[in-house]
Amino acid sequence: MSAQGRSRADLLLELADDELVLGWRNSEWTGIAPFLEEDVAFSSIAQNEIGHARALYELAAPELGLTADELAFDRTPEEYRCAPLVELRRLEWARTIARHWLYETADAVRLEALKASDDPELAGIAAKMDREELYHRMHAEMWLDRLLGSDEGRAKLEEALEELWPYALGVLDDELRPAYRRRVEERLGRSLPDVEPVPRGRHESELSDLLAEMTMVRRSDPGAEW
Amino acid sequence: MVYEVFRQERKGQPFAHAGTVSAPDAQFAEIYAREQFGRRQESTALWLVPRESIREIDEFPDEFDLKYRRVDGYSIKARLKEARERAGTLPG
Repeated sequence: MSAQGRSRADLLLELADDELVLGWRNSEWTGIAPFLEEDVAFSSIAQNEIGHARALYELAAPELGLTADELAFDRTPEEYRCAPLVELRRLEWARTIARHWLYETADAVRLEALKASDDPELAGIAAKMDREELYHRMHAEMWLDRLLGSDEGRAKLEEALEELWPYALGVLDDELRPAYRRRVEERLGRSLPDVEPVPRGRHESELSDLLAEMTMVRRSDPGAEW
Repeated sequence: MVYEVFRQERKGQPFAHAGTVSAPDAQFAEIYAREQFGRRQESTALWLVPRESIREIDEFPDEFDLKYRRVDGYSIKARLKEARERAGTLPG
């Protein structure tokens, strides 16, 4: 899909849904991350992503005649516009790091494009998000180096990359994919296969479980003011 | 590696010990310290010091009980004022 041909609200929802669902997935490590410091750091990154989602929903909400909470919680799984990459539930650290790094790198490419947008609100929120994403990227890069630094880590990372690469390509619009591929290949020092991207709009089976859990409290008392 | 973390709450204030982070290297330590001691805007700056770089002194013998070296019970305020009056340097 290309950036042309969809509304500003739809574009905002794609971004917001990516951040919300990834934030939720990352938060599944809270309490069980490899060690305490990482637990705190990764949980904090998850909170940041959910904060970005909230800001993006708030921007889209008036155009759609809904509130940010209604957008985040009251849609059916089919209505979410997140990329399948963020939906995957893979509670294995090397896979989590591979997804985190692939996503943050794709997000960097996407935010750069958005910062150059003619729409001052879009450009503004992209710049604001990017100032926090910088630290997410530092965290992801550092872990990538760590995994690449040992045979065991490298093997696990390669296996995860092989699974996730088609998903990662699906995060971005067609026109941003070449720049993304270049960046990823340069960093890994090797080329990646030409594969069919897993497109946005398709959903992984685990998304509905995630949404059921995420909206449990809200559904327990519909219409309540929290 | 254990890093001792010192935190400055506001610009110009002294750094105070805030806690520790365990991390495999300095780069990880920076990320972890930022999240643990900075994410709530509670710090303007952090210092990270590898624990083994800290030199500790914890013995201060005072065998002859030299009380006159201590300032307890010595009202410096009044004496300082007198001294300043004599010297003509009393402020305001």
